[in-house]
Amino acid sequence: MSETAIYPSESATSAIHSGEAATQEAPATRAALTILTIVLLILLLLFPLIVVFTEAFRHGLGGIVEALAEPDAISAIGLTLIVAAVSVPLNTVCGVAAAWCIARFRFPGRGLLITLIELPLSVSPVISGLVWVLLFGANGWFGPALDRLGVRIIFAVPGLVLATAFVTFPFVARTLIPLMEHQGAAEEEAALTLGAGGWQIFRRVTLPNIRWGLLYGVLLCNARAMGEFGAVAVVSGHVRGQTMTMPLQVEALFNDYDWVGAFTIAGLLSLLALLTLAVKAVLEWRIGAQGGALL
Amino acid sequence: MTVELRNLRKSFGGVAALDDVSLTIARGEFVALLGPSGSGKTTLLRAVAGLEFVDSGDIVIDERSIHGVPARERGVGFVFQHYALFRHMTVARNVAFGLEVRPRSRRPTARDIETRVQSLLDLMEIGHLGGRYPEQISGGQRQRVALARALAIEPKLLLLDEPFGALDAKVRKSLRVWLRELHERMGLTSIFVTHDQAEAMEMADRVAVLRAGRIEQVDTPATLYAEPANAFVHEFMGESVQFRCLVADGRAWIDGLPDIVLPNRCPSGPAVALIRPHEIGLLPGPGPARVDARHHVGPLRRVRVRMDDRVLDLPVPEGRWLPDAGQTCRLDLSQARVYPCASDAAGLSRAGDRESESPIRATMLIEENSST
Repeated sequence: MSETAIYPSESATSAIHSGEAATQEAPATRAALTILTIVLLILLLLFPLIVVFTEAFRHGLGGIVEALAEPDAISAIGLTLIVAAVSVPLNTVCGVAAAWCIARFRFPGRGLLITLIELPLSVSPVISGLVWVLLFGANGWFGPALDRLGVRIIFAVPGLVLATAFVTFPFVARTLIPLMEHQGAAEEEAALTLGAGGWQIFRRVTLPNIRWGLLYGVLLCNARAMGEFGAVAVVSGHVRGQTMTMPLQVEALFNDYDWVGAFTIAGLLSLLALLTLAVKAVLEWRIGAQGGALL
Repeated sequence: MTVELRNLRKSFGGVAALDDVSLTIARGEFVALLGPSGSGKTTLLRAVAGLEFVDSGDIVIDERSIHGVPARERGVGFVFQHYALFRHMTVARNVAFGLEVRPRSRRPTARDIETRVQSLLDLMEIGHLGGRYPEQISGGQRQRVALARALAIEPKLLLLDEPFGALDAKVRKSLRVWLRELHERMGLTSIFVTHDQAEAMEMADRVAVLRAGRIEQVDTPATLYAEPANAFVHEFMGESVQFRCLVADGRAWIDGLPDIVLPNRCPSGPAVALIRPHEIGLLPGPGPARVDARHHVGPLRRVRVRMDDRVLDLPVPEGRWLPDAGQTCRLDLSQARVYPCASDAAGLSRAGDRESESPIRATMLIEENSST
């Protein structure tokens, strides 16, 4: 492409004159491919989304208000917010620390650490939930001991937080590692020679440089934390009004043939997804403007 | 501020980056660390700044060992190769950084900081750029911001890593003179790293030539050029023509030139004779060299001479005999310096050296080509 730009050959020049680049397909092929893509997008993405909202609105706005006023629904929304409020900040701190460590230092076991960070992405969420049951469940390794102390982890909020934190761990670190490696350590070293201490360097140099990438990672982490189903389902125990997060509540209501209730909460989750997408687009644009490379 | 580097050693994964380096830099000196890439010059500079830790040896500044002193407390100005300006801060905030991070007891007031930043920017002739971001200014301007930022903490010692590496030739030339003047005016002691021998020769009081983590020679540019300590320094410091020779009883016979004998102090055995093109004399009479072409434009007189399978491009000074094309002539190599082969061979066997040497050869070739 660059070659033709520098030395426009005769065919390329004529193609420009006819208003069409030499590499382009015939108009019919182009149209067919475009239509296929659009149809698939509508069928697979847009159509389900529309179904969610039409089903939620089946009994009008009143049905939605009623569904949201259900104590179980309120409890599910509250629990989801609590789980996200604990696991997202936790993973943000751990993710920044891990990314800094991996991007700035070469040490034995660095490759292993990267693999470990990415482990939750390759493991089935059900397994991610099951390990906590095996550790802290009634018949698990530490279950009986915890039981004697009166601490409940499985089928309780701590279990939900643990499972969610495990599943969402990679997002912040994975977003930051390439960004920090791309930016290099030179600015931090410059700050060091100018007399700045560790915390000053982090707050004044590192953090401002990674802020858009960090927000991006936090956003993805949050979306997953609120939407996680598999891992949470295993540790939840499905106690209505107590250990049901929003995705679990959707399934439970759906199984009860409460279509409006199920789709109302599903609609809320979908709104969250749409909001995430919008913010993500803005962030990608900001990170691009900063000259950072993403993933 | 005097700086003493004592027997510094540092290795990365078994490869020696610094191999017993010792060097003393006097107050007010401007010293260049010159060497091909991978010769350890940047590692040395970073060790002085405290960004790299040496395996053994000591760094002494004004009689005080700074071995255990962390980088942030050394008060050494460091200008990074690609400037490493804080990209999210304006030029003025960049320069103010070193003052703003001081503990409250030693921090100047906000107004004092502003005044000092502005006077530094004025000194760097970029007083109008304070509000810009690094990405909005040119490379030469960034270089000046990096300098202003390093000087804001009032260092006695300034370290510069390839300060002109990322600039185009024209900007580079003017900045060289300017930086040298700044060094004098501010009474600094400076060490700078470069792989460009012309830059080192032009700016430095003394030049330390490094190869594979060792200092090969430290001298003034003039001495370094006139009396290179070994073949590597000879070739690195300027255009060189090499002849293989054999030394016996303090006399060197050059391969293929039986009538040339060079007295020298090398041990007997194989050796190399090195000479700068302008030191080669041409003498009339039948001889091994044949003149291919001659150029005579203005005061510049050059001949292209063929000898066996090599071609030499030689300047002929005013007042010397200028042969015609097609003539044969004898060579006067009496100014050649003879070095034993052994030191060179030892150098080549050192790890990492082979790849580090190829760029010099390449630049020498380019220099030779461009001068034809």
